Amino acid sequence: MRLLKIKHKIKVNLWSGLKHLADGSTEVEIYANTTGDILTSLVEQFPSLKDTIDAGVSIVIDGKVMAYSLTEPVNSENEIYLLQRIKGG
Amino acid sequence: MALDNQKNREFKIVGTRPDRPDGLDKVTGRAKFGADAYATGMLHAAILRSPHAHAKIIRISTEKAEKLPGVKAIVTREDFSKKVTGENWNVLENVMAGDTALYDGHAIAAVAATSSLIARDALKLMEVEYEILPHVTDVDKAMGKSAPVIRAGASDKSVPEGLHPNVVRYHESGHGDLSAGFEAADLVIEDTFKTEATHQGYIEPHACLAQLGGDGKGELWCCTQGHFHVQKTCAALLDIETSALRVTASEIGGGFGGKTAIFIEPVALALSRKTNRPVKLVMNRSEVFRATGPTSSTSMDIKIGMKKDGTITAGSGVFRLQGGAFPGAPMEFTAMCAFAPYNLENVKQIGYDVLSNRPKQAAYRAPGSPMAAFAVESIIDELCNRLELDPIEVRLKNASREGTKASFGPKWDRIGLVECLEAAKQHPHYSAPLKKGQGRGVSSGFWFNHGGETAVTLALSEDGTAALSVGTPDIGGSRASMCQMAAEELGISYDKVRTTIADTATLGYNEVSHGSRVTYASGLATIKAARDAVKKLCARAAKKWNIDEEAVIWEDGFAKPSGPNAGDFEPIPLAKLTKSMGRTGGPIVGHFEATPEGAGVSFATHIVDAEVDQETGRAHVVRYTVVQDAGKAIHPSYVEGQYQGGAAQGIGWALNEEYIYGEDGRLQNTGFLDYRIPVASDLPMIDTVIIEVANPGHPYGVRGVGETSICPPLAAIANAVSNAAGVRLKELPMSPVRILEAIKNKT
Amino acid sequence: MNKIHVNTSVNGDNLEFLCDPRETLLDALRDRLNLTGAKEGCGTGDCGACSVTLDDRLVCSCLVLGVEAEGKSIGTVEGIAEGENLHPLQQKFIEHAALQCGICTPGILVATKALLEKNPDPTETEVRYWLAGNLCRCTGYDKIIKAVMDTARDLREAS
Repeated sequence: MRLLKIKHKIKVNLWSGLKHLADGSTEVEIYANTTGDILTSLVEQFPSLKDTIDAGVSIVIDGKVMAYSLTEPVNSENEIYLLQRIKGG
Repeated sequence: MALDNQKNREFKIVGTRPDRPDGLDKVTGRAKFGADAYATGMLHAAILRSPHAHAKIIRISTEKAEKLPGVKAIVTREDFSKKVTGENWNVLENVMAGDTALYDGHAIAAVAATSSLIARDALKLMEVEYEILPHVTDVDKAMGKSAPVIRAGASDKSVPEGLHPNVVRYHESGHGDLSAGFEAADLVIEDTFKTEATHQGYIEPHACLAQLGGDGKGELWCCTQGHFHVQKTCAALLDIETSALRVTASEIGGGFGGKTAIFIEPVALALSRKTNRPVKLVMNRSEVFRATGPTSSTSMDIKIGMKKDGTITAGSGVFRLQGGAFPGAPMEFTAMCAFAPYNLENVKQIGYDVLSNRPKQAAYRAPGSPMAAFAVESIIDELCNRLELDPIEVRLKNASREGTKASFGPKWDRIGLVECLEAAKQHPHYSAPLKKGQGRGVSSGFWFNHGGETAVTLALSEDGTAALSVGTPDIGGSRASMCQMAAEELGISYDKVRTTIADTATLGYNEVSHGSRVTYASGLATIKAARDAVKKLCARAAKKWNIDEEAVIWEDGFAKPSGPNAGDFEPIPLAKLTKSMGRTGGPIVGHFEATPEGAGVSFATHIVDAEVDQETGRAHVVRYTVVQDAGKAIHPSYVEGQYQGGAAQGIGWALNEEYIYGEDGRLQNTGFLDYRIPVASDLPMIDTVIIEVANPGHPYGVRGVGETSICPPLAAIANAVSNAAGVRLKELPMSPVRILEAIKNKT
Repeated sequence: MNKIHVNTSVNGDNLEFLCDPRETLLDALRDRLNLTGAKEGCGTGDCGACSVTLDDRLVCSCLVLGVEAEGKSIGTVEGIAEGENLHPLQQKFIEHAALQCGICTPGILVATKALLEKNPDPTETEVRYWLAGNLCRCTGYDKIIKAVMDTARDLREAS
């Protein structure tokens, strides 16, 4: 039997440059349990975001930057921001 | 891994200043850098480069060169993979031009010969027929209607319609209501700032020694900030398997971001494959300037509103960065870092990534951030001057703190900006009197820092010593801090740990030494690997005492029973446990493999005094103080070294260094004589203050320190020079000519 | 082009090598004599990473031809320590963390040793101007200057 996990309703804040790729909004709601889910759900809901997400994004959970990880848990209480992938010199 | 829940932990080794483990090798000349490797039967390679800024390659004739005795092989783009896509395609296009030379210095072909003199002679015998195309090297011109299109169709979906095709990426972020914010201000200042491209200026040119057989198996020795990245990229560009190529990182003679990029390694490997001989390829300085490194040049419009009491009501910035003929100028970082030190209700930032006929920009310490600080902090300084406010008080009043909303969106975690500003305010430098002709400038700066993929192994030896293998090349003394952290955890002395930068066949993938990540991520991995080894040591003691593993604790290098209930046993020292490890379960090795997420961001505040000669326009830095949050300084001397190095590079960027392109699109200053980095007689002593606001994402609280040190200098120096000259300088570098002109135009 | 036979002395050892007349002394040291302590940072005499002494005169070995070493006495970084005993400058450079990447260190050590032999009591300004031909991109020179001043003080006290 396959267990269906109920996913958390998450509000994701996009940078405003992505507005035109996400139906004109910088705040979008998706369902996710992990950072990976967030990215998958975003692309499902807004296929135009695929290139940006493939190019590399980081996810900020309550002020902590998750540069790569797809497995960080998230829930409805978290403040979630999408940023361009953090790198450095 | 979070900060250890050990309040007031007293460190024994962390925080001290032991001699670096590679010190002896480096002061005696025996440390082996990129160009110091030789192999039997080795060939020497050289690269033919485009003399044109933009030209179609019609034909490359190599017959004459091939006939030169000693020439063994020539490679062109044909000798590389046809299958690469995405960023690897950009890397390949930069490593060896396809059908178009995109900048002065772009590689066109390469030759391997029995000596480097013959290889250089062979270059002169190669004939390339070009069709010269119109070029553009200035960022504003490259966005203009009449600019030549450098690469049609290179723009991604982020770019709004109606922009020139040279604009390939676009960023926009912010929050609040800008017009209401500016309306609420007592004074609004708006201005345009420009910075020229600079080079990382590492003293060691790129160098490598490559061997690749027809069987696709190879060995590569090179100076790089990330040999695993080199391995992966070279494998893709040469169409071989990643694990079949073993890459060893040499000692690295400076990188600063510039050696995170790949330029010559695939070329040497291609030549080696064609000749079945080892091939050494070393760039000369002119090639380093023409074809590697530089930062973006920028053009920026900033507008900030302030109330009479110093409250900033709104800020906006437009940041145009050219990153050469390839997408990737770090404009999103310029945009996101610009207002990061300020808690603003109304803020907006826009970034443009623009193509031009210049070399592919590479990361340089906090890529994109220093330029943003220059523009924003110059206007803040001007506002403070006109409203007669103290520049540090204003920065404190508006400072970002834990829980406030960052200019790029999320709320801040625990950060140390206020602590830096307070320490700067109290520093004797800030209240010291200035002499006539001198001016003082302050600035804050911000950088994100980074974690990244990390793998570390710590193997214990029978005699109770430890061999630590890390995969992040040591650019500034990181092996010392790795030894300290391992020794601290194991409870043995510092000199009982030896840290090696392991090759790609020895460890799991390690991301490049960038993003100020080494002491944070490899440090965290070292601590974790040591704790893994300690757990195994405790298990051996438990077995010997015949008690539960959980009933054994590790203290100061001894396994001990956790308490009276665990039993009464004589503590066993590490060396005794390792001596018998072969017969008590086998070798004891600690591991850590993960991608730590929790690199704490970092802020700094710099204070600069500068003197300006009103007759010659020469500016000179007379006093410099760096205040920066390190979270926890593992080896304070090398933390100070990062602070001082960043400040010195900032002084160069602010006052002397610039890429100068002629009308013909050729780089005019391809040597250290004309591209003048600061020399010893240009600089004062650089005072440092280490602030320690623990990073919640590291067991000891470490924050990366390598990059943030270059964020404030451009602005702090510009503010000092402007205050000394009595006129606002808006373009870098502030060369004597520019300063004189500004003084002249003032009156 | 025919190679030229050169007799020279490096760090007190009599050595000989064959070199192309176009090769620099730096090339000869590195490629012919396997002494890779001197580094090529620029090849144009601007960075000082290749500093050596030629009959006790401080030179950039990238600006000297290999054939000019004939009959001369050359000092390189490899000759600064005596056996396992480091020269006080070498010790102080480690102690003061006066190097980060270490690529400029050989040249700076050769240059500062030459300075202290000429002037055992230099001012900070004199050290800075003496070293103005040796580029360091990592340290901002602060700790280098301190290491040199500290060594000079120790050497004066010892003599």
